Amino acid sequence: MALTEFFHELLAPDKVDEAWLIIQNQFPTAIWETLYVTVLSTLFAILIGLPLGVLLVTGEKKGILPLPAWLMQTLNVIINLLRSVPFLILMIMVFPLTRAIVGTVVGTEATVVPLVIAAFPFVARLTESSLREVNPNLIEMAQSMGASPLQIITKVMIPESVPSLLSNATIAITTVLGYSAMSGILGGGGLGKIAINYGYYRYKDLIMIAAVILLIVLVQLFQSVGTRLAVHSDKRLK
Amino acid sequence: MADEDRIMLEIAGLKKKFGEDVILDGVDLTINKGEVVVMLGSSGCGKSTLLRCINGLESFDEGSIRIDGEEIVSGSKAMTHLSQKIGMVFQSYDLFPHRNILDNITLAPVKVQRRAKEDARAQAEQLLRRVGLWEKRKAYPRELSGGQKQRVAIVRALCMNPEIMLFDEVTAALDPEMVREVLDVMLELAQGGMTMLIVTHEMGFARAVADRIVFLDEGKILENLPAETFFNNPSTQRAKDFLQTFEFKKH
Ligand SMILES: Nc1ncnc2c1ncn2[C@@H]1O[C@H](COP(=O)(O)OP(=O)(O)OP(=O)(O)O)[C@@H](O)[C@H]1O
Ligand SMILES: [Mg+2]
Repeated sequence: MALTEFFHELLAPDKVDEAWLIIQNQFPTAIWETLYVTVLSTLFAILIGLPLGVLLVTGEKKGILPLPAWLMQTLNVIINLLRSVPFLILMIMVFPLTRAIVGTVVGTEATVVPLVIAAFPFVARLTESSLREVNPNLIEMAQSMGASPLQIITKVMIPESVPSLLSNATIAITTVLGYSAMSGILGGGGLGKIAINYGYYRYKDLIMIAAVILLIVLVQLFQSVGTRLAVHSDKRLK
Repeated sequence: MADEDRIMLEIAGLKKKFGEDVILDGVDLTINKGEVVVMLGSSGCGKSTLLRCINGLESFDEGSIRIDGEEIVSGSKAMTHLSQKIGMVFQSYDLFPHRNILDNITLAPVKVQRRAKEDARAQAEQLLRRVGLWEKRKAYPRELSGGQKQRVAIVRALCMNPEIMLFDEVTAALDPEMVREVLDVMLELAQGGMTMLIVTHEMGFARAVADRIVFLDEGKILENLPAETFFNNPSTQRAKDFLQTFEFKKH
């Protein structure tokens, strides 16, 4: 049977021993790098994307803080452009910027730049969709009580969409995690790099499988924490 | 008192169009301080639109609205200051679902009016006691019945210490047994001297609470009469027909 043979070969004692050694040596740093890059990039992406998402909603013609139409259009085009470039290509395209900011284009820190640039337009769109869910009556209510646009944003729109924003932040962080693994192919660090270096270049399937399993576990972890926070923050549910 | 000092709300020649549709076609209405006016009219005649114009939520095409002598211009800077003088309660309560009752009530007094938190809170609790909902101060809106939510919405508007209160069919979405508790709060408010402009389809309540009835039809005020006169002896056929629709006869 081909399958038994496959497993037999995959789990040959010498291969398992060798893999275990590499796992022990390399994985702790790799996990740390992956987490560090993912969290840091997501935070930066939120820092840029959240205000942008707010502008996308409030800056509309009928929004609470209308912006010139050309500005809104430019904003939308830029976001759409950035979102339509595949991540690895974007990564190459921003190499000059990365070099200017970080000084190099390889390594853990260097991947933060393309990750932020890939993720902030995504975060902006997610924020936009969260804020659009806010009941427009609540915004009118605040207006009728004399609230300023900034007060409406910070006291009504954002607080009222917290559960949705948290769900979307979870989507963002898992997406960034996926991108960060992908970046391993172009010099990024972390679990992605290990999976590619050992699995793809040196045919050490066990290492690749272990790295992938760890990535899956991380996604599950982020997802379940995120979902729990979102549900917990939702005061509309019983 | 000079005449001007007695006037709370003064609307003159108000015109409002939505596209080509003329919704308000020259509305004149004056409400004195402490007066309770009920506005009646069939569905779609422009009652909500008029209230929204008064509140600055809707711009208008011609005419003027003055609150306590100050002119309302929708969307202007001065409007944020002026809208604090106008308390508005809508049919849909519009409580903030993610804030508890006390926070719902004190949000605007603290953030918009910049009052001290303790001060706003004390007033909120006192108002909640008055409407029998003090026990619910820590609850979230979802834990309240419709009638309770609407009473909280009234308290929230009152906590801004408005000079005039606007009510737009505040009982229309409530189950019959909850209508009473809300109307009672409004009656008490009226007796306490609050200036009020009320849109309602509760004829019994209108008769009990109103000093004056204003009948709006096709964007114009057709009748503007003391409540008793209006109900006993309306002067236009339109108003007679309108009142007819609320009567049930055995055949
Ligand atoms: N935003 C809007 N755009 C276009 N037309 C509108 C808008 N809001 C209201 N209208 C129209 O204006 C007219 C008056 O509406 P309004 O809501 O003021 O009526 P109403 O007297 O409050 O009716 P009801 O008793 O059913 O609440 C209606 O014909 C309505 O379709
Ligand atoms: Mg209406």
